Amino acid sequence: MTQPILAIQNLSAGVEGRQILKGINLVIRPGEVHAVMGPNGSGKSTLASILAGRDGYNITGGEVIYCGKDLLELDPEERAREGLFLAFQYPVEIPGVNSTYFLKAAYNEIRRHRGQPELDAMEFLTFVKERMKILNVPEDFLKRPVNHGFSGGEKKRNEIFQMAVLEPKLAILDETDSGLDIDALKIVALGVNKLKRPDNAQLVITHYQRLLNFIVPDFVHVLYDGRIVRSGGKELALELEEKGYELIVHRAAVPA
Amino acid sequence: MVTMETKPAVKPNQPTMENGPYLEKFEQFEKSAKGPAWVLAARKAGISHFTELGFPTLQDEDWRFTNVAPIAKLPFKPVLEPTRDGFTAKELGQFTFAGLAGSKLVFVNGHFAPKLSSVAELPDGVKVMSLGAALASDTALVEKHLFRHARADTNAFTALNTAFFQDGAFIHLPAGKIVAEPIQLLYVSTANENGTTAHPRNLIVAEQGSQVTVIESFVSLSDAAYFTNSVTELVAGDNAVVEHLKFQDESQQAFHLATVAAHFDRASNVVTHSIALGAKLSRTNIYATLAGEGLECILNGLYLTRGEQLADHYMIVEHAQPHGASHEYFNGILADKSKGVFHGRILVRPGAQKTDAKQTNKNLLLSDDATANTKPQLEIYADDVKCTHGATIGQLDDEAIFYLRARGIALEKARRMLIHAFAGEIIDRVRCEPLREELNKVVWDRLEQNEQVTVNR
Ligand SMILES: Nc1ncnc2c1ncn2[C@@H]1O[C@H](COP(=O)(O)OP(=O)(O)OP(=O)(O)O)[C@@H](O)[C@H]1O
Ligand SMILES: [Mg+2]
Repeated sequence: MTQPILAIQNLSAGVEGRQILKGINLVIRPGEVHAVMGPNGSGKSTLASILAGRDGYNITGGEVIYCGKDLLELDPEERAREGLFLAFQYPVEIPGVNSTYFLKAAYNEIRRHRGQPELDAMEFLTFVKERMKILNVPEDFLKRPVNHGFSGGEKKRNEIFQMAVLEPKLAILDETDSGLDIDALKIVALGVNKLKRPDNAQLVITHYQRLLNFIVPDFVHVLYDGRIVRSGGKELALELEEKGYELIVHRAAVPA
Repeated sequence: MVTMETKPAVKPNQPTMENGPYLEKFEQFEKSAKGPAWVLAARKAGISHFTELGFPTLQDEDWRFTNVAPIAKLPFKPVLEPTRDGFTAKELGQFTFAGLAGSKLVFVNGHFAPKLSSVAELPDGVKVMSLGAALASDTALVEKHLFRHARADTNAFTALNTAFFQDGAFIHLPAGKIVAEPIQLLYVSTANENGTTAHPRNLIVAEQGSQVTVIESFVSLSDAAYFTNSVTELVAGDNAVVEHLKFQDESQQAFHLATVAAHFDRASNVVTHSIALGAKLSRTNIYATLAGEGLECILNGLYLTRGEQLADHYMIVEHAQPHGASHEYFNGILADKSKGVFHGRILVRPGAQKTDAKQTNKNLLLSDDATANTKPQLEIYADDVKCTHGATIGQLDDEAIFYLRARGIALEKARRMLIHAFAGEIIDRVRCEPLREELNKVVWDRLEQNEQVTVNR
């Protein structure tokens, strides 16, 4: 069997005085799309943040192996260069940093890391414009400071645009669908699907089964109070929508 | 948020300095001083205001955070004769803006240096010359404006400048004239003794509908604790469009005091920038009077300090007429044990309805030992106005750093990007492109020299 892109084993983590993740197990292999659903505060973003390397969390147990490497040992920038990408639930506005400049810097960091020559300004612009077309991104996204003054939906779209440019091996989308109107949702989902390859994978965090009509997951996991209490195929999302978390969780607690 | 603060009525009565050297020097200088009688009268009034006022102290509300005692303690050595240092135009090449096209007037220790200066071809009637020369050739025109905007009776440094100024620039644009290329005023200090004092005095008048860009650049070839005490009066007539940039890059030992007293008429559009990089202690006063209706002005500034530098900006924006907009943006980047001070007062006169006044002061502390003092003051006597102010003092935004790192950008680079961005917010408001590019370069270089970038981690 091929090496997993991500293997999370019994991961426990929290912040001072509070346990948030209570033993997560999850294996993601190349070509797979996984969806994680769960009520507010169950730990979805915490999981995503820990994978991306945000500090402020105490890892109290378990391990995370990313493409054969100990992920938790790497700095956030090293993870990104190794092909891990987090589409933020709340993308950060960075006034004064031009989007093109930022994206070119990020892109070239990754190329350098892979031993590829950096693109100059002209080459980068040609490349980036082609990516913009895929996602129907307005030209002025590039001219404005990073996320600055963007609407909620624009910010989400910008995350996916960055993903299209950086071509990650593992993309983690943290509620990229919330705040998007139906057309934008379709464009974003279409874009995500276009970027799907046999050698990469996606972890999609969402509250809505609606997104999963467009990005069809191979696996759906229910995260509840810091644990994955159920996993299944795409039909689990439908079941969740129908019955709500309480019922599902209840059933999980009492194995059939 | 709007807070009201009124100016304390009592002024501490405290001449801390010996008036002797100043008055004595003035009495000597007065004997040889040239120029029209009205100028001499202003000089006399200047020295008497100065003796009355004395140097401000920390008890003075407007000087709470900036101690000028080191200036008062300096020996007072006004440069009363042009310096014969014989340095060449070539040496000017090292200074920022050296490559800029357009007219350039150079002043060495407060005296006009004609050989180092060059005036480009100008539209008919436009004057770009030394104030000393203009006092002889264009007396009436100069008299109409000089001393009318910068007040010697309330500001000791303006008083001192008025008494002792030797020269400066005179720029006059008749109605409708446009000078496309920026006019550069370069003030070079070559002082080799502590206390050497230059008092540049400038008058810039852009009549109705004219357009001009003026740079005042203060630089030095000196390591001495010299003192620059400059005053600029700036008048923008109806519909005039003016960009004014003050660039202070004095030596690290120097003391720099500057006043820009500006008067804006109806529907004018003025942006004035103040960039403070040098000097041990610098203070820039900007007094802007919005004297006409429906005008718009921007006061924009950036200060970078390190070591034990102090950079102080003090401004009073006075809305005297309705429908005026003023926007103040000042950012400070403070490293080591340095200090940044911002004091912004917005005064809305009765009847100045529909005033739109906005003020922001943001400070980025790159070290635990750096300090920022910021004091907004709103005094509003009209009821239909929009006045806002905001101040922040903080470190780099951790969220933004994480965001950049999560895209593959290294911590150190992420921090630098954010620091540059913080400076860039201000530099981006410079409209004149070659000027903006030069500024970008010099500010970038200075920030790169900063070793304090990683200190907060
Ligand atoms: N840095 C932190 N300090 C304190 N509590 C935290 C911190 N980070 C997360 N938490 C808490 O941990 C819990 C899980 O938060 P998390 O953001 O992971 O939830 P989520 O599943 O993403 O929720 P949502 O669906 O609302 O986005 C919440 O109760 C949250 O308040
Ligand atoms: Mg979340």
